[in-house]
Amino acid sequence: MVRTLLVRGMLTGILAGLLTFGFLKVYGEPQVDIAIAFETQMDLAKEAAERAKGVAVQGQPELVSRQVQAGIGLFTAVMVYCTAFGGLFGLVFAFAYGRVSGLLTPQAVSLMLAAVGFVAIYLVPNLKYPANPPSIGDPATIKMRTALYFIMIAISIAAMIGAFALRRLLIVRFGDWNANFIVAGYYLVIVVIAGFLLPAVNEVPQQFPAVVLWKFRMASLGAQCILWATLGVLFGASAERVLAAGRVRAAGRVRA
Amino acid sequence: MTSTTFVPAFPVPVIPVRELLPWAIFAGLILLLAIYFVGAEEGATSLISGMYVHEFVHDGRHLLGFPCH
Ligand SMILES: [Zn+2]
Repeated sequence: MVRTLLVRGMLTGILAGLLTFGFLKVYGEPQVDIAIAFETQMDLAKEAAERAKGVAVQGQPELVSRQVQAGIGLFTAVMVYCTAFGGLFGLVFAFAYGRVSGLLTPQAVSLMLAAVGFVAIYLVPNLKYPANPPSIGDPATIKMRTALYFIMIAISIAAMIGAFALRRLLIVRFGDWNANFIVAGYYLVIVVIAGFLLPAVNEVPQQFPAVVLWKFRMASLGAQCILWATLGVLFGASAERVLAAGRVRAAGRVRA
Repeated sequence: MTSTTFVPAFPVPVIPVRELLPWAIFAGLILLLAIYFVGAEEGATSLISGMYVHEFVHDGRHLLGFPCH
């Protein structure tokens, strides 16, 4: 059963990846191109200034062409990312189904996990450390920025898991509905405190066009919405078939 | 449509943890490693030398929300 759910999760992830890639190709790549043009301009201006001071400047060789980066490179990255998340989604579903709430249908569990995953893994961490187009980050701070981003994701996921554990305890006393609001509040308090304590990162150059930054971040957000919505809806339908088949077999055994 | 939508009247059986654990560990680790290669390899940390992986997945890394450059 776990193997089937894992495979179905990855297959759903592949489908979500195709949709996400199409969306990013159309709405994301133009912003990346503008950002890289901006970066090239800034680099050229800097080089000219260095040369004027008499410093020898060496350009960096291009390892992968822009065409490859924006084509097969983007496709590979998105497909690997989405397929992997699909598989993880299947595994989390295998654990959550029947445990989160014994009365929820597979479709409902899948939708709820997708909503929760989107909020905990992308939305909340990105409100603190938003996605940035090329030319924004300082290469010298990449270690720190990556560490902070993953710390924020880890705190967010841990707070979400904690919220589900807390929910189990609260349901008896406050009922299903009220427990949801209490643990949502608990999750928000934890991530707001974490966001407040973790250092801010803002390396956007003064002259960087605000519209490009906005469109880039919206493209990034849109891609994640497509990924998680596809996982939530299609995996639920797919899992329901597997689980229904299992129930029919079990019922057959009981009758025999 | 009754075969594809159902509302269980009683709690459904759960998949036991001992059945889940090996999958969670092996498949989970491989999947996380795949995400790591898209998101952070040859950026903050490096398992493979050079910058080819970073440059190849570069646009995806930015658009998927990971810190890059
Ligand atoms: Zn970059």
